Amino acid sequence: MTLELRDVGWNAGFKKIISDVSLRVEPGEFLGLIGPNGSGKTSLMSVLAGIRAPSRGQALLDGQAMKKVGRRNLARRIGFVEQQADTIDRITVREAVALGRTPYLSLLSPWSEDDQAIVQKALEAVEMHLMADRMWQTLSGGEKQRVHIARTLAQQPDFLLLDEPTNHLDIHHQLGLLDLVRTLPVTVVAALHDLNHAAMFCDRIAMMDRGKLIAIGTPEQILTSQNLRDVFGVAADIERDDQGRCHIRYQVGISGQTGIKKDRVA
Amino acid sequence: MALLSSATGLRISAICFALMLLCGALAVAASVGETAIPVQTVMDTIANHVWHAGRDVDPIDAGIVWNYRLSRAVVAASCGAALALSGVVLQALLRNALADPYLLGISAGASTGAVSVAILGLGAGMLGLSLGAFIGSVLAFAFVTLLSLQAGRGTGAIILAGIAGAQLFNAMTAFIVTKSASAEEARGIMFWLLGNLSGVRWPDVWLALPMALIGLVVCLWHARALDAFTFGQESAASLGVPVRRVYILLIGVSALMTAVMVSIVGSIGFVGLVIPHAVRFFVGTRHGMLLPLSGLIGALFLVGADVLSRVIIPGQVLPIGVITALIGAPAFALILCHGRVLR
Repeated sequence: MTLELRDVGWNAGFKKIISDVSLRVEPGEFLGLIGPNGSGKTSLMSVLAGIRAPSRGQALLDGQAMKKVGRRNLARRIGFVEQQADTIDRITVREAVALGRTPYLSLLSPWSEDDQAIVQKALEAVEMHLMADRMWQTLSGGEKQRVHIARTLAQQPDFLLLDEPTNHLDIHHQLGLLDLVRTLPVTVVAALHDLNHAAMFCDRIAMMDRGKLIAIGTPEQILTSQNLRDVFGVAADIERDDQGRCHIRYQVGISGQTGIKKDRVA
Repeated sequence: MALLSSATGLRISAICFALMLLCGALAVAASVGETAIPVQTVMDTIANHVWHAGRDVDPIDAGIVWNYRLSRAVVAASCGAALALSGVVLQALLRNALADPYLLGISAGASTGAVSVAILGLGAGMLGLSLGAFIGSVLAFAFVTLLSLQAGRGTGAIILAGIAGAQLFNAMTAFIVTKSASAEEARGIMFWLLGNLSGVRWPDVWLALPMALIGLVVCLWHARALDAFTFGQESAASLGVPVRRVYILLIGVSALMTAVMVSIVGSIGFVGLVIPHAVRFFVGTRHGMLLPLSGLIGALFLVGADVLSRVIIPGQVLPIGVITALIGAPAFALILCHGRVLR
């Protein structure tokens, strides 16, 4: 049960988007992926999910190259929730979750009662079972996101990959969603924007900057004033509570601090 | 569980019902016309031809039924089914409600091919109108495919490439027609472009019917893959669908079906765009149900439209494309409004 990248690079056309990323996801952990906009988080997530083949290096599932594992088998092991996947189709919540059974179905093994039960369980896990017959278009952003998670749970994956799952949700739903994900019996990799969320929920954090993975470790190791200034170009104090959790307090309007990032970009 | 099996039962009975309706429509289509022929005679004729039943039928009636009307009705049905299926597939893969079988430049290419043969005399009499149209549509599709590959991946690139291709080939058609055609020829081409089933005989059936059936089987085989595109390409990929292979295969099959149909009967509009939407309103968006029913309803619709085109003005056959739009547009408007109330 391992998911691993070895010296992975990925190009969009001739442009290098990510390069030299080596990363090993440990079973059962909640791994957060942080980094400024355009640092390659989304590309890294899709390489990790097996949707994009790396241009260089290797993406491995259980030590085997993903290419050899095959798409269907990958889909049974890795669930991936993209940033805001929406649809114009008129489908119900249950139908959307049932899509998660796709990698298990074929002409020889058609839809069965087992599939129905798995879908029901997935709906219950995200507490959407009472809304199973609602139309997709009538759902709120938070509900849609929970349905996406239920769909990936119906894939019965070992790894759950989430690309900025809390975008556009209010704070209540942000915390609720991450808390839900943490309690699920799967290994989680989530690209997160909010560093305090990363601090609260992650066992480990991987930090990206300009297409490279520059640090990986516990929240305490990664979320330092130095890193936040160098990578995100913000000034912040890190506070620790009694349980050793860090909390980030940002500062604005301190001269010189925000200028650093601008220079680096230019 | 109980819900699922009853849904499956409903699905099978709906498909059987539509299939029976289609058989009935074919029989009616063979009996209606300038000389009305009783349905019983139609049945007897079919029995004589299919299993040599040796029934007593007037040979002239039998000739009209078998050689003219039945072949025409079967081609209309195949064509309706193929266009509706292509519409379903393209709307699902390109995630665009306005996608239709002609989006990929196929009808534009077909018209260019047809006028090149009919007016410019390309192929020096070796090529028929149909073959010319088929070659034109394949060339246009190839052009659109290459252009969309150059323009980058993604559904937007395909749609824009299709628009560019269609405009280019339509312009070439217009150029050839205005430069070289006599008024008579121009009218003939215009008529052909709007869809024309009058020259259709059994050899056309043996081309159209297998094509529609093969298309149906290939699409049904990928029904779950098409479902998986509900949330887009990436989501389909993460559900284990080989996106690129499905794209190439299904768009290729849709294009081939459309090219074959257009080369036989001209470009009949409306069916491929609207039938999928209409069927979706009633049975939802899951392709296991949507594909067979769209095919059947498309077939029914075109058989009916063909009958109307023959009888609506006595002594004159209207282009079937005119009928499909004249009947289809108001019918679709009704469904749209009704559908909104349902929601």
